[in-house]
Amino acid sequence: MSKKAKMIWNAGLIAALLATLFVLEQVLPSGSMLFTVLKKGAIYALVAVSMNLLNGFTGLFSLGQAGFMLLGAYAYAILTIPVESRGSVYQYFDGGIIQFTVPVPVALIAGGILAAVFAFLIGLPVLRLKSDYLAIATLGFAEIIRAVFQWDKLGPITNGSNLLRNFPSFKSVLYPFVVSGICIALIVLLINSTYGRAFKAIRDDEIAAEAMGINLAHHKRLAFVISSFFAGVSGALLAMYQTTIQASMFKSAMTYEILLIVVIGGIGSVTGSCISSFLFIACSEWWLRFLDNENLYIGGFHVPLLRPGFRKVVFALVIMVMVLFYRQGIMGTREFSVEGIRNFFQKRFGKQKAVEGGGSHE
Amino acid sequence: MEWITRNLPYLMAGISVGGQYALIAIGYTMVYGILRLINFAHGDIFMVAGLIMVYATTVMPIYIAIPLMIVATVLLGFLVERAAYKPLRSAPRMSIMISAIGVSYLLQNLALYVTGGLSQQYPPIPWINDTVTVMGATTKRVTLITPVLTIILVVLLVLLIKKTKIGMAMRAASKDFETSQLMGIKINSVISMTFIIGTFLAAIGSLLFFTNYTGVTPTAGAMPGLKAFVAAVFGGIGSIPGAVIGAFIIGICENIIKGLGWTTFSDAFTFALLIVILIAKPTGLFGEKATDKV
Amino acid sequence: MKRRVLAVALAVAMVGTMLAGCGGGSGDSANSSGDNGTASEAPAADGAKVVKIGVYEPASGDNGAGGKQEVLGMQYANQETPTVEIGGEEYTVQLEIVDNESSNDKGPSAASSLVSAGVSVVLGSYGSGVSIAASDVFKEAGIPAIGVTCTNPQVTEGNTHYFRICFLDPFQGTVLANFANANFSAKKAYILTKLGDDYSTGLGYYFKEAFTGLGGEVIEETFQEGNSDFTSYVTKAKNEGAEVFFAPVSTEAAALIIEQAAAQGLTIPMMAGDTWDSNVILNAAKDKDVQIYVTTFYQEGGNADFDNGFKGYINSDPTATANNGGDDTISAVSAMGYDAYYVALEALKAAGSTDPAAVNEALWKVNHTGVSGSITFDEVNGDAMRDTAYVKCANTESGEWDFVAEQGVN
Repeated sequence: MSKKAKMIWNAGLIAALLATLFVLEQVLPSGSMLFTVLKKGAIYALVAVSMNLLNGFTGLFSLGQAGFMLLGAYAYAILTIPVESRGSVYQYFDGGIIQFTVPVPVALIAGGILAAVFAFLIGLPVLRLKSDYLAIATLGFAEIIRAVFQWDKLGPITNGSNLLRNFPSFKSVLYPFVVSGICIALIVLLINSTYGRAFKAIRDDEIAAEAMGINLAHHKRLAFVISSFFAGVSGALLAMYQTTIQASMFKSAMTYEILLIVVIGGIGSVTGSCISSFLFIACSEWWLRFLDNENLYIGGFHVPLLRPGFRKVVFALVIMVMVLFYRQGIMGTREFSVEGIRNFFQKRFGKQKAVEGGGSHE
Repeated sequence: MEWITRNLPYLMAGISVGGQYALIAIGYTMVYGILRLINFAHGDIFMVAGLIMVYATTVMPIYIAIPLMIVATVLLGFLVERAAYKPLRSAPRMSIMISAIGVSYLLQNLALYVTGGLSQQYPPIPWINDTVTVMGATTKRVTLITPVLTIILVVLLVLLIKKTKIGMAMRAASKDFETSQLMGIKINSVISMTFIIGTFLAAIGSLLFFTNYTGVTPTAGAMPGLKAFVAAVFGGIGSIPGAVIGAFIIGICENIIKGLGWTTFSDAFTFALLIVILIAKPTGLFGEKATDKV
Repeated sequence: MKRRVLAVALAVAMVGTMLAGCGGGSGDSANSSGDNGTASEAPAADGAKVVKIGVYEPASGDNGAGGKQEVLGMQYANQETPTVEIGGEEYTVQLEIVDNESSNDKGPSAASSLVSAGVSVVLGSYGSGVSIAASDVFKEAGIPAIGVTCTNPQVTEGNTHYFRICFLDPFQGTVLANFANANFSAKKAYILTKLGDDYSTGLGYYFKEAFTGLGGEVIEETFQEGNSDFTSYVTKAKNEGAEVFFAPVSTEAAALIIEQAAAQGLTIPMMAGDTWDSNVILNAAKDKDVQIYVTTFYQEGGNADFDNGFKGYINSDPTATANNGGDDTISAVSAMGYDAYYVALEALKAAGSTDPAAVNEALWKVNHTGVSGSITFDEVNGDAMRDTAYVKCANTESGEWDFVAEQGVN
């Protein structure tokens, strides 16, 4: 397919997706779980892609995503809570010291920028560390950020460890899709640019990359800062989705969840991360919920074992199976594309290459 | 004297919790030394050991329950390695780490399912659960026993590693995984042995930890696990004395921080300490200098 | 190859469930059967119409123990009165129970699953933070919620869909401060709260306000989620010469605090709010040298019919016994859950419809005399007007609560 045809196809697909969402929203009651999943899925897709940019494309193993999301969420919330409700939100701190608001898009970007600034500062020392040490150091930073935001001396700004609420949120499912979509598109553009190729070179072999004249420190920092920026934006979106936020939500467990999404989707595949984030959220929030129902009958047969918590056991088992037997994830390093689908169907009934058959067991 | 009575409890709590971290940290450091794997599930195995004890004592006397708990925990550690890590031996390191996170997730959720999400009261163990008074400060006897027991176990472990054949194999494997395989070391049994020792110590650690802090919840292992890991990195990952000293330092510092009234930062401090040491001396206090091979 | 089969299977599953979701969501009638979980619910549908009451409570996490006891009260009430007459028709009441995991970030999705199940009114939650976190979900869906034991003022403040049948923290904090001042002549209090827990921070704050208002002095400390080492906090309280130890925290942390306080020989009275009124506390304090005082909503013995019936219910069912913590002590939260269920029924009757908006309207005028006292909502926030709290003391020998006083403010 020519480049132009591809563009048209992709634009058409996106338009079709948005149109479908729009129609769905008109016909389904707004309380449907489908929308919950779609909203949260879109937000997690963005943060998963941002983590993938770092872990999958640059080869920097960072576990600080929850911390950067926290920064984004707080920046957004603090800047947009209407002045008149500050008194009740910051009730223990006399309304806080920030007495102005900024428009929502500005606050979203501010969330990203705050996360990026912190990433820059944190990156100065820690990006020198290698693999596991980097992972642990970033995890540690996320925990430190969480503690600082709970400190009651900062209460006039952060409301201490208490909930922030009453900030503007979105109603339509299109909103997170559009914002996440734009951000993911930017990340894709970056990946396909000279910088993206440099990132991949660093991932594949640092020393070779350096020898080719790539400035390691500069590129690593760039990847780290950009990834954090988008994590911050997704944190702000998450705040909008949740309608209330609190530092204690952004635990390391959240980072692990995002990491699992990235791995299940395929490290190094943007579309993989997107697909798996919707599947992950749908499984954890929606599809498996019936497993928590103690009184589940299938044609008069009382299904044993079911009680609250079983859903999570099953979910964890599914994840373990994915991790152990489908190590490449859903997409591997490939991308979902029109061409890919065409090839898939062509091959499906054509000759199967032996190499591909063994591919899933390497 | 007055000053001692006031501040001794902090110090005792610090040393005691440090000892408990140390017992967990050894499991991390030994596994990392050989497999280069951060075994995220180790903290959860520690938690499961606590739960096994809770359920075991409801059906049997405590003197049977304790050995049973230790055996069951060791078995669990062994099985986790065989089921979740062994198949990934040739995979990239990241895959094994993800697998460890998956196991941790699974163990926590299983515990959630079994306990129904409620905190389980740890059974009081006679004698070590008694209250004693030291220089005007009251505490449980376990607080005093922990550091002593920890040191004894560590000395035994170091002897095992230095003097026995399997210990030699472990040292060889942690020096160079591939070469040791070529030298005829049965790498799988060495790794299994490492997990067995690690979980054994974690089981003892859980016994001491939960006797002091009696609630066992599905996430009870997460924080101690993470801190123990930090202790291992702090002391120089791969080094057993390093892990023990790191654990004591972290345990004591944590309690001093709390004593100073900075309770919000007691966890954060641990990580700050970690980052400082990683930047100043990336291999930890006692870690060996890693050389980059091109 | 395998991978592709899997991918296809997943895609099919996704499409399939989306369709199922559409089916369930679009039909409002009770016997539509597309939605997950609800469709396969036990026998209920034998011709009678069904009205769904959502139960938004923690079954796991920090507040799991309390949440389960609260749900028991509702289930008992449901068993006692399984039907309600709405607009001249007999409806079977079906409880839709979800677990909010005591977590402010898991709560909203649990709440959405209630919304998508098509409930008419929601009961819950135990724990203020989760209630605040889910408030907007219910608001957007236009579903009224009745807070059972969430005592933080922010739950109902400034909204018209969240109601509450219990007293509030400013009241409770004042009662506790007065009690500490009058009974222990305490001048110095140690306050321990949990970071990020709105109930804990709120009650601690109001206690401090009231206590310092009486001329007392306070030392405040906080602990992080997941903390299990409370020795240094107890030491601090001892060293600073506090006369009462006030810890409005979840039962899970409370059990640890009591254990460690006893081990360190803390002799000053320990006080807390409604969360500590639980057999978890009694079990932790049994045979230990501690004094524990709590304020609560209901005192066992307040209503003999309820007490006997509820105990019978708990003892008849092993699951219920386990959910109540293994014995038949009646927690105040169970009584509150029981009352909340009847308040919801009253509202449904008065509304004459299962439409959430109508129920919301009707709630403002509900007047119900429950086992925990009379319940009417004020016209500003929808808070029940309550002016008494019961103070109880843990008897460490018998492992039961001893009634101490009935206390109001003034």
